[in-house]
Amino acid sequence: MTALLLRDLRLAVRAGGGFGLGLAFFLILCTLVPFGVGPQGGTLALIAPGILWVGALLACLLSLDRIFALDWEDGSLDLLATAPLPMEGTVLVKAAAHWITTGLPLVAAAPVFGLLLHLPAGAQGWLVLSLLIGTPALSMLGAFGAALTVGLRRGGLLLSLLVLPLYVPTLIFGAETVRRGGAGMDAITPLAFLTAITLAVLGAIPFAAAAALRVNLR
Amino acid sequence: MSFWEYANPVKFMRLSDVALPWVVGAAALTLSVGVIWGLTTPEDYKQGSTVKIMFLHVPAAMMAINIWVMMLVASLIWIIRRHHVSALAAKAAAPVGAVMTLIALATGAIWGQPMWGTWWEWDPRLTSFLILFLFYLGYIALWSAVENPDNAADLTGVLCLVGSVFALLSRYAVNFWNQGLHQGASLSLKAGERMSPVYKYPLYLCMLGFFLLFLALLLVRTRTEIRRRRTAALIAREVRS
Repeated sequence: MTALLLRDLRLAVRAGGGFGLGLAFFLILCTLVPFGVGPQGGTLALIAPGILWVGALLACLLSLDRIFALDWEDGSLDLLATAPLPMEGTVLVKAAAHWITTGLPLVAAAPVFGLLLHLPAGAQGWLVLSLLIGTPALSMLGAFGAALTVGLRRGGLLLSLLVLPLYVPTLIFGAETVRRGGAGMDAITPLAFLTAITLAVLGAIPFAAAAALRVNLR
Repeated sequence: MSFWEYANPVKFMRLSDVALPWVVGAAALTLSVGVIWGLTTPEDYKQGSTVKIMFLHVPAAMMAINIWVMMLVASLIWIIRRHHVSALAAKAAAPVGAVMTLIALATGAIWGQPMWGTWWEWDPRLTSFLILFLFYLGYIALWSAVENPDNAADLTGVLCLVGSVFALLSRYAVNFWNQGLHQGASLSLKAGERMSPVYKYPLYLCMLGFFLLFLALLLVRTRTEIRRRRTAALIAREVRS
């Protein structure tokens, strides 16, 4: 598992494009939003939690099809399927690699983007915490979507159609945590829900994704 | 004689051939009587004539949810017992369910404009129906995207299982996110009925009519799918020889 994780990370870093792309996309999104809604600090602060979470979600979505597509094309996915590591483990490692290359940089950079959008200072900690807890679920659900569409030629658009509705609960509780945290209200409740969703997703989705992969490898 | 015998496509075709005209006739009868009865009910003292939208809105919304549940059961039967008719029935039901969801959303908007003063509100019930519609779209799109029919049935089956969990999760998550404008259920097995009999009985008839309509459409569409599968097999045999 460690070997597979290191291999995926090395590929992501050396191939270029995958690693910083999500972050750059997030930056562009946060730059474009003020152009769209106007530069007033009050308005921006109001919508910042939602924009930051939607931005993180879309940045995550960008690189989803790469989770399995490259390995599918060159046949290493077949080798992984015959390896002693169960398919569920492979899926989990692939999702972890995706999270480390896209989710973790987003979490680390989120406070800067929060500053750009005038996010209240009290909400910064909640933003980082909610992204840290929520983004693994995004990567895992994305891996499920990627497993469903891996054999398709035009899977990209379909992948977003399949995955985005699955992101709804995570988005609701994630953005709600930041909003409540910023308003000085109790943010523990949505954060607890968010944690529950992430843990449940990490526990159950690998089985669904592995089942989908097995079908596609048939 | 077991229920599973109808998993045999030939038996299914024979039975549905006999049953279809009756189901279509019953659907036409109950739906026309129900809708006409519904339209001739007296006007509500508060809602005026807009109350009559209910006779389409409530049955469509009910069917939208129940068709998804039926697809879930059919997917489970396919995944566990590998009966092709079951997978094809789930495929055939999905577009009907999507249209039911759309009817519920559209009639709701038409009713909401004069009553709430808005076409659309980000109310939990409305929002979760929109999400349900997205799930239907994704399911249909995945069916049409995968070429191998058995793979498509497997993949959409898994999607249906995961989607069901998330549709339910979204339903309660949106409660957390926004307070509701939509009224609670007026008909419920647990809390009893809070509706005048003047409206209740035509509504029941419309519900039955929508169910029969779905059954008729499901049978027609499943038969089409089975026939399409057969022609594909025939063409494949022709090409080989």
